[in-house]
Amino acid sequence: MANKHESMHIDPYEKTWIIVSILMLIIFFGAVTVAGLSFGVRVPDPVQRVDPNDLAASGTFAEPGLKEVAPKRYEAYIVAQTWSFNPREIQVPAGSIVKFYVTSKDVQHGFKLQNTNVNMQIVPGQVSSLAVKFDKPGEYDFICTEYCGVGHAAMYGKVIVVP
Amino acid sequence: MTANVYQLTAKEKRFIGWHFIVAVAALSIGSLFGPFQAMEHAGWDFYEKFLNPIFHSYYEGLTLHGVLNALIWTTFFITGFMTFLIIYGLKRPLRYPKLNALGFWMMVVGLVIASIPILLNEASVLYTFYPPMKAHWAFYVGVTLVVVGSWIEGYGFYLTYYKWRKENPKTRTPIIAFMALITMVMWQIATLGAAAELLVDLIPWSLGLRQGLDPQLDRTYFWWTGHPLVYFWLLPAYISWYTFLPRQAGGKLFSDSLARFSFWLFLLLSVPVGFHHQYVDPGVPEGWKMVHSLLTYSVFFPSMITAFTVVASLENAGRARGGKGLLGWIAKLPWNDPSVLAQLLAGILYFFGGIGGLINASYNINLVVHNTSWVPGHFHLTVSTAVTLTFMGILYWMVPYLTGKELWCKKCAVIQVWLWFIGMTIFSNAMHVVGLLGAPRRTPLGQAPYIPEEWAGHLLRVGIGGIILLISVYMFITIMVGSLVTKKKLSEELEPPVADSLLDPQTTPRWLDHWAPWLIGATILLIIAYGPQLIYQIGTAQFTSPGFRVW
Repeated sequence: MANKHESMHIDPYEKTWIIVSILMLIIFFGAVTVAGLSFGVRVPDPVQRVDPNDLAASGTFAEPGLKEVAPKRYEAYIVAQTWSFNPREIQVPAGSIVKFYVTSKDVQHGFKLQNTNVNMQIVPGQVSSLAVKFDKPGEYDFICTEYCGVGHAAMYGKVIVVP
Repeated sequence: MTANVYQLTAKEKRFIGWHFIVAVAALSIGSLFGPFQAMEHAGWDFYEKFLNPIFHSYYEGLTLHGVLNALIWTTFFITGFMTFLIIYGLKRPLRYPKLNALGFWMMVVGLVIASIPILLNEASVLYTFYPPMKAHWAFYVGVTLVVVGSWIEGYGFYLTYYKWRKENPKTRTPIIAFMALITMVMWQIATLGAAAELLVDLIPWSLGLRQGLDPQLDRTYFWWTGHPLVYFWLLPAYISWYTFLPRQAGGKLFSDSLARFSFWLFLLLSVPVGFHHQYVDPGVPEGWKMVHSLLTYSVFFPSMITAFTVVASLENAGRARGGKGLLGWIAKLPWNDPSVLAQLLAGILYFFGGIGGLINASYNINLVVHNTSWVPGHFHLTVSTAVTLTFMGILYWMVPYLTGKELWCKKCAVIQVWLWFIGMTIFSNAMHVVGLLGAPRRTPLGQAPYIPEEWAGHLLRVGIGGIILLISVYMFITIMVGSLVTKKKLSEELEPPVADSLLDPQTTPRWLDHWAPWLIGATILLIIAYGPQLIYQIGTAQFTSPGFRVW
C-alpha cells in the first residue's frame, strides 16, 4: 500500500478548474493593466518630499490654492490638517483638467473626490498627486477618508465646476 | 505504533480551553462596540447619550472593536486551536509545555497592558495605529507582548514537531499539524514588519527616546504584516474546512496533496503583497504597486484550489449520505448541526468576500473603494464571517470535546448561526453599497455634514444588520457560558472529527513534506517584492513627524 505511487493526484475536473482559475486571473490582470496604461486610470506615484513642520519652505505649499498653468489646466495645492482642508473650496470651469497636490501638516488624512477616480492617502512628509478632468458642471465634495481624530467626520471641502 | 492512540490529557485540554476563554471574553467586549458603530450610522448615537463618560468616544469604541475582535479574539483562538492541532495531529504531547504556557501568559499580560490605555482613552488610534498619531506607550508594549507570546507558542510547536520528526522519520506529517505549522511559520515571517515598526519606531518614540518618525515608512512596515494577518486568520478556518468539515458532514477530504500544495502556496505568497493596501499611498512607486498587485492575484489562486477541494469534499459527503443528481447532495448535508451549518454559511458569504477581495486587489479599481465603507463591508465577510463564524462552529464541537459535557441548547446554536448569516448579509451589503457611493470608512457618518439624502436607507440597513449581529453574538456567548456551567455530561467522550483522505496521505509526494525549498522560495520572493523598496524608503526616510494626540 505504502509509497509505491508517489504522485500528486489531480482529478480531471480539478485540472479544468485550475486552468480556468489561472486564465481568469490573467484576464483580470490584463484588463486592469490596460485600464492603467491605455486609459490613464493611475494610482499616485511619489512626487516630492516636504517637511510637515515647515510647509512654507517647500515653496509650492507656501500659499495653498488653485494655480492656472494653461487655459483650463490647473494645479490645486491643498493642505490637510486637523480637521479641515486649506483651501476648502475651489472653483474651475467645466472641461478643466485639475492636478491635485495634497499634503498634511500633522497626522495622516485621506482625500477622496466624490464621483471621480481621485482617492489618495495623505501622509505627512509626502505629497499625494492625481489629476482629473471635470466635464460636467456641479459640486464635487472632497472628503477626508482616513481617521484623523475626533473632528474627522466634519473634514471636507468642495470643487465647484461652473459651466 | 503506540503513539496512534494518544488522547489529550485533562491538563492539555484545560490549557487549550483557557485560550478559548480569553478569546470569547475579548469577543464579548469587542463585539459590543461594532453594533454601536452600526447604530450610529443609522442615526442612533449611543456614544453621546449613554456610553459617555465610561467609554469616551466613538473612536475609543472603534479601537476596542478592532483590537479585541481582530487581534485578540483571533490570536487567542488560533493559538489554542493550533495547540490542539499539533498535539492531536502528531499524537504526542508538547515537547516543552512550560514554554507554551509562557507564551500564553505573555499574551495575557500583553492584552492587559494594552487594554488599560485603550479603556482610559489614551490609545484611541484604532487597530492599525498609524503614526504620527501617538498612543500611550503601554498600548504598543502590550500589542508587542501579544505578538511575541504567540511567537513563543510557535517555538513550542516547532520543537514538538522536531522531536516528532526524529521519532517518525518516514511518515508524512499528519495534515492538521502540517497546516498548523505552515500557518505559524507564515505568521512569524509576516509579523517581522509590525515588530520593526513597534520595536524600532513606535515604542522608543512613545517613550520619548526618538523625536520624529517617517509615517510612510511605518505604513510599509505595518502592511508587511497587515495583509498576511488576514491569512493568519483565514488559514485556521481553511484547516477546519479541509480537514474537519468533510468528516463532520460524513465524507472524506477530496485531495490530500492539493490541500498541502495550497498551504505551501500560502506560505510563499501571503506576505509579499502588502503594497496592495498602499495603492493610494504617495510614497510607493506605481511600478511596485503593480508588482504587488500581480502577487496578490497569485495568492488568490490557492484560495481557488481550496474552494474546489472543500466543495468536492462536501459533495463526497452529501453523496455518501444518499444525495442524488447534480445538486441533490447539498440538501443531504447535515444543515441542522450548528458546527456544520456555521462553516457552510461562512463559506457561502466567503464566496462574496473573495470576489470583493479580488476587486480590492485590482490596482486602479481600488481607487473606487479605497478607505470607503466598502472595505469594512468586505472584511466583515472575511474575518468576521468566514473566519469568526467558522471559529464559532469549531467551538460548537470543541467545547464539548474539551469539557466532556454537552453543548448547551443546540437549537439556540442553530438559530445563532442563521442570525449571524442574516445580520451580516444585511450589514455587509449595505456597507458595500454605501461605500461605492462614496461613504468613508472609520467615520461616524451620523455626524458627517456631507452625507446625501440617498444614503439614508443604506445606513438604516447598516444599523439593522448591527442589531441582529449583536443578538447573535450574545446568543453565542450565552451558549458558550451555558456549555461551561452545564451539568449534563456526555455519555461517551467525543472523538475529534478529523477527516480521512480519499487517497492515502503516504502517497502524497515527498516534496510536499520538505520545508527547505519552500522557506527559501518565500525568502527570495520577499527580497524581490520588498527589498528594493525597503532600502529606498529607509534610505530616503525623513524622521520629521512628532506625535499627535488628536482624540
